[in-house]
Amino acid sequence: MINKDIVIIGGGPAGLAAAIGAYEAGNKNIVILERDNLLGGILNQCIHNGFGLHTFKEELTGPEYSARYVKKIKDLNIETKLETMVIDISNELIVSAISENEGMVQYQAKAVILTMGCRERPRGALSIPGYRPSGIFSAGTAQRFVNIEGYMPGKSVVILGSGDIGLIMARRMTLEGADVKMVVEIMPYSGGLKRNIVQCLDDFSIPLKLSHTVTKIHGSTRVSGVTIAKVDDLRNPIKGTEEYVECDTLLLSVGLIPENELSRKVGVIINPKTQGPIVSESLETSIKGIFAAGNVLHVHDLVDHVSSEAYLAGKNAVKYINGLLEELKMIDILASDGVRYTVPSTLNVNNVEDLTQIRFRSSDVYKDAYVSVYFDEERILHSKKRILTPGEMETVTILKKWLIERPNLKTITVKIEKE
Amino acid sequence: MPTKELTCINCPMGCLLSVEFDETGIKKVTGNQCKRGELYAAKEVITPKRIVTSIVPVLNGVEDMVSVKTAIDIPKELIKQCVIELKNIKVEAPVEIGQVILENVCGTNVCVIATKSVERKK
Repeated sequence: MINKDIVIIGGGPAGLAAAIGAYEAGNKNIVILERDNLLGGILNQCIHNGFGLHTFKEELTGPEYSARYVKKIKDLNIETKLETMVIDISNELIVSAISENEGMVQYQAKAVILTMGCRERPRGALSIPGYRPSGIFSAGTAQRFVNIEGYMPGKSVVILGSGDIGLIMARRMTLEGADVKMVVEIMPYSGGLKRNIVQCLDDFSIPLKLSHTVTKIHGSTRVSGVTIAKVDDLRNPIKGTEEYVECDTLLLSVGLIPENELSRKVGVIINPKTQGPIVSESLETSIKGIFAAGNVLHVHDLVDHVSSEAYLAGKNAVKYINGLLEELKMIDILASDGVRYTVPSTLNVNNVEDLTQIRFRSSDVYKDAYVSVYFDEERILHSKKRILTPGEMETVTILKKWLIERPNLKTITVKIEKE
Repeated sequence: MPTKELTCINCPMGCLLSVEFDETGIKKVTGNQCKRGELYAAKEVITPKRIVTSIVPVLNGVEDMVSVKTAIDIPKELIKQCVIELKNIKVEAPVEIGQVILENVCGTNVCVIATKSVERKK
């Protein structure tokens, strides 16, 4: 058994930032466990630019953004173990990992930070009729084939789902010579960033079919085409609107799911809305000493937010080890009226420094609406938003002085109001 | 006067902008709800530019491909040609992040540079 103050599970953007956060808070006894053979996680295959506008005030590609963090980890001499897969976390914070080089290794941690990221929803989650031909890929898998391995997964492509990865792959496949026929989106709006709609679809005249879905996949050995149809308000296909589209490849960009097998196994309570752990203002899960940040906690749209959140988790893990995190005086944070979820779910005033941030997503598109924060019955924040969409994460900032002024506060509610 | 329709990318509103312009420049922007739309329209109609990212094969590297980008944005109409020029390039490992992979891509005077490092295979 190896003693480590902080064990970080996953060496993607969240894990790297968490390690730096912990180090800068004064604890250098850290190890990052990463199952891949390199650090940086999904950023390695995100070769497009647009990362780091918040963190570095410049526009970087994924590998460049990752390289800056990896360099810092190396400069700080933070220990990292590659090709090391964590298989278990115990209630006593014993982390068991396996690797080809070292076999089974166990770490006794004082704090564990979960930064395992997320994975893509697969075809099986969609129940689209048809055989099981080759040519169906999740968009991220296709991205890996094209950008890391240098293989093209197909020649004529339909993309289901207009999340950012789907949009990015529409452009990428086009540039590599594929004929991207269309992007099909079941919702009446895209789940992706506006910038990606313009620069990945409009720039290449790729049609975006909103309120449409794929109702059948044709082909038995290889995809030969798909049937698409318009959907009604309840997202059911409308009879008579079916259209056959010839293609040899179907990419699925239909959502990401935080990867919480390890968290569930140790008994961390999961929020059914985010599929990530329920956490406090300090990003501590329902189990003392286990923290979570990044896409394992809730799926982010910007890596910059992953980094800042994970940095905070690292810092708080050190506070916890030093006995400076309090458990008492919990305030519940509720999502209501058009707010799908909030992170965190609870708040302890004494753990807040000057301010704390609540991140949330709306459950629908709202125009000219207000984001309101209630302290029990009292409305404390009321800010007008031109637009709120589920595709863009929102933040509200709560000042500590507001909390101190109301010592009997029980519940903070975040909601969307028409006026 | 020629008119161009485009979607503003500055925020999720995605205002549908209508831009009137002639040889001397932008005459009128409508459809925007804030100042940023006007600035975006001006740049996007007169000189639309993009950073182009792609990959090129690495010889004797621990990875088969290295990701690359144009060091600065290049005219939008050259995106495809840029990617085609990169098709003829192979680079010998080791590759350092920031290393010039191709000079003067499409006659733009802009370099294509590596966006990751790839070590040489031992």
